Amino acid sequence: MDKPLTLKSARTLHITYNLPISRTSKFWEGLKEGKIYATKCQKCGKLHFPPVADCGDCGSSNVKWMELEGEGEIETFTQVVVKPASFSKESDYIVAIARLKEGVRALAWLIGVEREDVKVGMKVRLVARVISDGRVSYEFIPI
Amino acid sequence: MGHSRFGDRSDVNLSELTFEAVQPSLEDSGLTAKEIPYVAVGSMGVWSEEPLPAVVIAEYCGLTGAGLVRCEAACASGSAAAFNAYSAVASGQMDAAMVVGVEKMRQIDTPTALEMIGRAGYYLWEFENFGMTFPAYYAVHAVQHMAKYDTTEEDLALVAVKNHRYGAMNPLAHLQHEITVEKVLNSSVIAWPLKLYDCCPITDGTAALVLASEEKVNELGVEAPVWIEAMGFSSDTANLSKRENYVGLEASVQASRMAYKMAGISPKDVDVATVHDCFTIAEIMAYEDLGFCEKGEGASMIREGETEVGGRIPVNVDGGLKAKGHPIGTTGVSMLAELTKQLREEIKPRGRQAPMKNYTALAHNTGGTGHYCYVTILRR
Repeated sequence: MDKPLTLKSARTLHITYNLPISRTSKFWEGLKEGKIYATKCQKCGKLHFPPVADCGDCGSSNVKWMELEGEGEIETFTQVVVKPASFSKESDYIVAIARLKEGVRALAWLIGVEREDVKVGMKVRLVARVISDGRVSYEFIPI
Repeated sequence: MGHSRFGDRSDVNLSELTFEAVQPSLEDSGLTAKEIPYVAVGSMGVWSEEPLPAVVIAEYCGLTGAGLVRCEAACASGSAAAFNAYSAVASGQMDAAMVVGVEKMRQIDTPTALEMIGRAGYYLWEFENFGMTFPAYYAVHAVQHMAKYDTTEEDLALVAVKNHRYGAMNPLAHLQHEITVEKVLNSSVIAWPLKLYDCCPITDGTAALVLASEEKVNELGVEAPVWIEAMGFSSDTANLSKRENYVGLEASVQASRMAYKMAGISPKDVDVATVHDCFTIAEIMAYEDLGFCEKGEGASMIREGETEVGGRIPVNVDGGLKAKGHPIGTTGVSMLAELTKQLREEIKPRGRQAPMKNYTALAHNTGGTGHYCYVTILRR
């Protein structure tokens, strides 16, 4: 079959979104100080991570910030080899989900360990990370 | 019903592709485009140039003027559209309605397509810093299932081998070639432990259905109509980290229970099923979540051949998402079209026709990583 004819669109898009973080600013500021915060609902007691400004469980907006110690256990993980376009310059990265001792779970990169050495049940710590260009994130490191 | 050939369909544009399903669907029903009062379209549409695919395809297919909506439930958009149209008819407001699923995913490059789907979770908490991809979302389920139930990479490969075997028998399938366990195991890693042949392809395709009330069906004199007995649905958290475990999809459990209850049947009454096998692990989890077997026994079903034609419950004997292909918004509609043909016992070649005892079929369609789920039970 002949190669199908296509018209390449002349109009292109480069989209950058502005994400409002005013109501969770303590979390993002905390990362710069090496701290990881969750929010705890003052009405029903539910602990939320990632943090929220409103409790969807009971409808209260009375939440308080609580620092997490970050210790947890890996429940599952993967290593991303084929990457999305905006991560194309990264080396293969391990993403893990761990349950922290406070009872909440977190999803983040696991660094400082080879994929072959990662096991379900492995002890890790969730730590804040300042990325070189001033952006902040968090990641797991093996304990 | 109507159903296009799936695959790389760069030979046609969005509208021309949709026409390939809409026109046969109209001819099959005995209605003309002008007689269709309502159209629900399942489409994600971010990979093709039209932000309003429903109006573009409706114009092209002569459906302009009908009530029109585009439904989004990620990979379950087709089922969401089917429920929308079903509700319009079942409520008595319409005597007929059309369901269209359409997706053209191959108009952009693969890394951008991966990016679009990877963002379909919770963008800020899973993608912005962590670059999750769709294979990665299912890979974390595979890892926990393997750790907890001793499911192996070979078991996952068996799902791909089965679905490719049926895909090779389906002239509408994207991938019409058989594969071996070795080929799956030796294929390149996408998101460990999932490899290329554990993943569905990126596919263009369309399917369409006409739904009608009992009165309208009698008026049209439809021979052997297929009835929607039940549609169950559920959803789950956007953040994967807010779920209790990664060995199944809770939305599938809830949606199927709802559907079984509405239809007054149990899993053992199902003659044939299509399940959402976007990745091989997803089919194994679906066996368990839909109650075809106990939790943790999914791998033994594939090992024992229980889900092949002639087995206890044939699953994805059209090739599934894995081999037939997964044009995201089309898949739910494609499943219902396939099961309609199964229930009418029209499948050719006969090697992939499931034997009918109860004339009951089940379609399981999830969106995202079990973020949305619809389970539809059809009966003839």
